[in-house]
Amino acid sequence: MNIGQSYFWAFIVGGLWCVLAQLTVDLSGMTPAHVMVAFVSLGAILSGLGLYQPLVALGGAGASVPLPGFGHALVTGITQQMEDKGTLFGLFSGGLSATAIGISAAVVFGYLMAILFTPRGKR
Amino acid sequence: MGASKGAGAARNGSGKNAGGGRSKTSRPASSRPASPKEQKKYQKIAQQARPRPPVLINCIKAFLTGGVICLVGQGVLNYFIRIGVKPPDSGGPLAGVMVTLGALLTGIGVYDVIGKFGGMGSALPITGFANSIVSPAMEFKREGYVLGVGARMFQVAGPVIVYGLVTSVVVVLIKMAVMALTGKS
Amino acid sequence: MAQSSQVLLTENRRLGKQTVQFGHPPAIAGFASVVGPKEGQGPFGKLFDVVKEESLLGEKSWERAETMFMLEASRLAMRRAGTAREDIDYMLAGDLLNQIIASDFAARELSIPFLGLYGACSTLAEGLGIAASFLSYGIARHILVTVSSHFDSAERQYRYPLEFGAQRPVTAQWTVTGSGAFVLGPTGNEERTPRITHWTCGRVVDMGIKNPNDMGSAMAPAAADTIQRHFEDTGRGPDDYDLIITGDLGKLGLKLATEVLKRANVTMGDSFTDCGAIIFGNDQDVHSGASGPACSASMLGGPLLKRMMAGEMDRLLIVPTGALFSPTSFQQGESIPSVAHAVVIEMAPGEAEGRP
Repeated sequence: MNIGQSYFWAFIVGGLWCVLAQLTVDLSGMTPAHVMVAFVSLGAILSGLGLYQPLVALGGAGASVPLPGFGHALVTGITQQMEDKGTLFGLFSGGLSATAIGISAAVVFGYLMAILFTPRGKR
Repeated sequence: MGASKGAGAARNGSGKNAGGGRSKTSRPASSRPASPKEQKKYQKIAQQARPRPPVLINCIKAFLTGGVICLVGQGVLNYFIRIGVKPPDSGGPLAGVMVTLGALLTGIGVYDVIGKFGGMGSALPITGFANSIVSPAMEFKREGYVLGVGARMFQVAGPVIVYGLVTSVVVVLIKMAVMALTGKS
Repeated sequence: MAQSSQVLLTENRRLGKQTVQFGHPPAIAGFASVVGPKEGQGPFGKLFDVVKEESLLGEKSWERAETMFMLEASRLAMRRAGTAREDIDYMLAGDLLNQIIASDFAARELSIPFLGLYGACSTLAEGLGIAASFLSYGIARHILVTVSSHFDSAERQYRYPLEFGAQRPVTAQWTVTGSGAFVLGPTGNEERTPRITHWTCGRVVDMGIKNPNDMGSAMAPAAADTIQRHFEDTGRGPDDYDLIITGDLGKLGLKLATEVLKRANVTMGDSFTDCGAIIFGNDQDVHSGASGPACSASMLGGPLLKRMMAGEMDRLLIVPTGALFSPTSFQQGESIPSVAHAVVIEMAPGEAEGRP
């Protein structure tokens, strides 16, 4: 896959995930928060079934940036560390180690933003 | 006098019979709580009257917004690969960069504008996850840095992490059980 | 003269099951509306007394800003009524915030004997009805009634943080930022004065609507119930009013209330509308319309009473509507009970002209 194709598939796969989530909100009436939670779990399940890795191979960031990719990262993180460091150790440390950068960045920058900025009134 | 000039006062003269548009066969107002049957009937009427969301337009906007965010992500990913990061190791740094972008855009008050346009197109990518952490952190600063910022930060992101972790652990356990039973390990 | 209205009656009467007719209809001696920038850009922008350029008002929180809206409206209404703070016997106030803190803190500043009210967005009518009763039974001379709401303070309490990037559902309503204040007293300063002649206190109606983003559907049956009851109690009908206006049903709720009334054989004409459906323009992206106690209060304390004073309307039925739920109740899966109270406001001569 060349560079151009990687961008194309990232756009398509990422866009389609978002369409699926939008349809869920519009047709089921679920709140965005519920849909975010549901899609993380969905990603984890697809990953367990071995279906998510092929999607990442095709879509690249289009599969790993949407929240189902977060669920996939949790499962692959656990599986990886279970192989490397033992079953029980991996089961409880693999998920968070694989996603540590994202979560830590969100917390640190969240804190920083709260110090620097104040919400503006809506018009 | 003063009052008799008013249309209201003049009409008032017709007194009790001023039925107006109210028909004589008007059903008397109820004075007990609505029965489940009445509730169901009304809910059906309300359901039919409710305007439909513009699903197609929403989906197109979500597709474009989500697509563009992933395009940016792919750019970051391609950069990591070019500088020699192995693809399996690139997930963490990619998430880190995207989260940082989402946090910055939330801080300067842009992400909610994108969200209004893109709907789930901007909520589902991990930048939306960052937005869900940064926005309450900013909002509840007024309630203090410990019980405001610290405690409320995970209002939406907390459940995402909780369900993500629990599901992934359960998924892996089931996978192990299946492998053990089928003797594939 | 004899036929000219119950305005000159001397005894309070109870009509039917839920309506009170005031013997000495108390005057709205002073009124005021103070709103935020978005309301000022709406079709009634010029008819509000004060339009703020931004909604934080230089305060450190949205909640404090909401209190400032209420204080400014209250002070303006008292000045218009020619009453000082000391002349007011009671302050009746309410808002949407937990423990009605916007009102509590405004009452702290005004230092008038205070009764806090909660009827969600129907609080204005609750206040006007109780105040009119107090005055009409002669146990007070002047009462301040005021309510407020604020988009940003309501949003963080009921929904998401402001910077959260979520789309608003099509049935969502936009909380009005602002406050309306009314000083009720035995007389008005003007020759012709709006007076409160009737009050129909509504009952709580729950049709099992659970979606907090669809308050119009939840409140419409309560509005219809109170309007129908008002007509039955008074023997009046839709044509007896120049305008019948509900509080914050929004476009969807207004449609549903009209439908529910039609099914009860009450046909509402063109004079039936809703503050929440008209306070913002169609281009202002508020989906189903507006909500909040300040929705009906700023409309009454601005455009509606100004039009009555200008002689464009003589008899008004205002029916503020309230959705009585909390974040706790809807998270626990409860439906949304709703209430609506109706108040009749009629133009009548001031004390100097027609009263004993």
